[in-house]
Amino acid sequence: MDKRAAFRSWWLPSLFALPQIILILLFFYWPAVAVLRWAFTLEPPFGGAAEFVGLANFREVFADPLYWNSVGVSLAFALCGTLATIFIGLVLALAVDRQLPGSAPFRFLYILPYAIAGPAAGMAFRFILSPERGLMASVNASFPDFWNPAKYGSHALILVIVVFAWKWAGYTFIFLLAGLQSVPRSLIEAAAMDGCGPIRRAVDIQIPMLAPTLFFLLVIMMTEGFVGADTYGIVARTTDGGPNHGTDVMVYRIVEEAFRGLNYSGASAQSLVLIGLIMIFTFIQFRFIERQVHYK
Amino acid sequence: MIQRTPFANALTYGVMIFGFLLLIGPFVVIVSGASQTFQQVNSIPFSFLPQDRLLENMSAAWTRASLGTAMLNSFVMASLVTVGKVALSALTAFAIVFFRTPLKGFFFWMVFITLMLPLEVRVVPTYAVAADLFQPVRLLISAVTGFEVSVDWNLLNSYAGLTLPLIATATGTFLYRQFYLTLPDELAEAARMDGSGPIRFFIDMLLPLSRTNMLALTTIMFVYGWNQYLWPLLMVTDPQYKTTMMSLVALLPSDNGTPDWNVTLAGSLIIMLPPLVVVAVLQRWFVRGLVATEK
Repeated sequence: MDKRAAFRSWWLPSLFALPQIILILLFFYWPAVAVLRWAFTLEPPFGGAAEFVGLANFREVFADPLYWNSVGVSLAFALCGTLATIFIGLVLALAVDRQLPGSAPFRFLYILPYAIAGPAAGMAFRFILSPERGLMASVNASFPDFWNPAKYGSHALILVIVVFAWKWAGYTFIFLLAGLQSVPRSLIEAAAMDGCGPIRRAVDIQIPMLAPTLFFLLVIMMTEGFVGADTYGIVARTTDGGPNHGTDVMVYRIVEEAFRGLNYSGASAQSLVLIGLIMIFTFIQFRFIERQVHYK
Repeated sequence: MIQRTPFANALTYGVMIFGFLLLIGPFVVIVSGASQTFQQVNSIPFSFLPQDRLLENMSAAWTRASLGTAMLNSFVMASLVTVGKVALSALTAFAIVFFRTPLKGFFFWMVFITLMLPLEVRVVPTYAVAADLFQPVRLLISAVTGFEVSVDWNLLNSYAGLTLPLIATATGTFLYRQFYLTLPDELAEAARMDGSGPIRFFIDMLLPLSRTNMLALTTIMFVYGWNQYLWPLLMVTDPQYKTTMMSLVALLPSDNGTPDWNVTLAGSLIIMLPPLVVVAVLQRWFVRGLVATEK
């Protein structure tokens, strides 16, 4: 890990790292400390110093059914979104990896949705999957009320998951394709000699060999689904958390509660829960990467 | 590989075409919707055929959401964020990799922990810092010396406010660190033997060597900067500093107004275009940056 020939100086590296360290201290650690402080204190309504209240903020958050609703929504969003993106990415990567004539352009095209910002994609999908126009209107014309994300929370949740999956499928595709290309060709050829067709090879050799990549993507996409910047943007611009809190994911609830409800203590308590969750995900991810290095 | 597999081949093509419809289909809907008239875009069933009104709709959207300023602001913001991130990550990684200093681990973990603090969970206090940049400094000074100092500098409604809080980057730093670690030890050794100091080594050897790395990082960070949504929303109240993601709201047809989705779609198409062009044209570097930052 360490390089052998290193320069010896203590002030020069500090100088080099200083700009980034200052920005991190100002915009990451200082706010994080404030979150920590707010989570355990309560601001009196008519001013004055914040009062230490112990775990009261947490108790209040956990007693709120809407909080548990947002946990459930986030879980459903992250889990369905992750599974959908990984499934689409895997199937497409397996297809493109066969390198049949004419498959090169597809490899280029599948990545394009990843360039689009979540909120912009969300707004376009408001039209594409709108109940009154776009693609679903004709279905709704024959089966009234078959699809209405403005009315049913479950439909709205499906809508935001579709936007998420659309954007991130190309991302998982890239990683899975890279993973497939590192599967030794000799293994695949040996299987072919033994009479395995492409589908059998995919199921019995390629997918098991992809296990580390799949696991890695599972962790990355779950993190993205829970706290990704896109998750907030997609929900804010597609459904606004509604209808009736049907798409009220955890990050959306935190930002809303802080800026619209001005409930800093409650929002901070929720933030701490989420930070704990991210820590677990990050820990798993790095443990796994160490294992993978050991593997090779 | 020589194996006749007609069924699997047909299935493969089927899957690829299905994937195409799934992932590129929405673009087709956006483009054709954006090129239709108000009646056509609301017709049932939706017609996938592009019409000839794309430019009219785009210019209508351009004026409705004042996209001129917004595009310029987004471009400035994305460029500043990109330049800042690339520069800072190259410098920090240099400090972490090439020096023998006890602070090395400290810098590394400082940067690493930011991965666990996404903007959404620290949004209010970060906003508070941006609104009053010297608050931490003031508190520190008054805690240490007992003096009350009054310096004020807020970042609201400025390019500095839009970019500074987004410039610190763990992924970029790790990308550079990874790249530096792949360089042979002999490189720095030879440079030292020839009498070059660390700064000269950085400028004359590392920077030219890391050109590919820099390009990869530039592409992903530009897309990242352009697509920022929550932060500009908080930082900017002055329409002069609006970014494109904020003009999305202005593009939406009002609840009781005419549902002119053709204009909305044309506007969102304009907003989507710059990052799309970057990814399409520089895809090789974009993919490389993407795969490398996650390792």
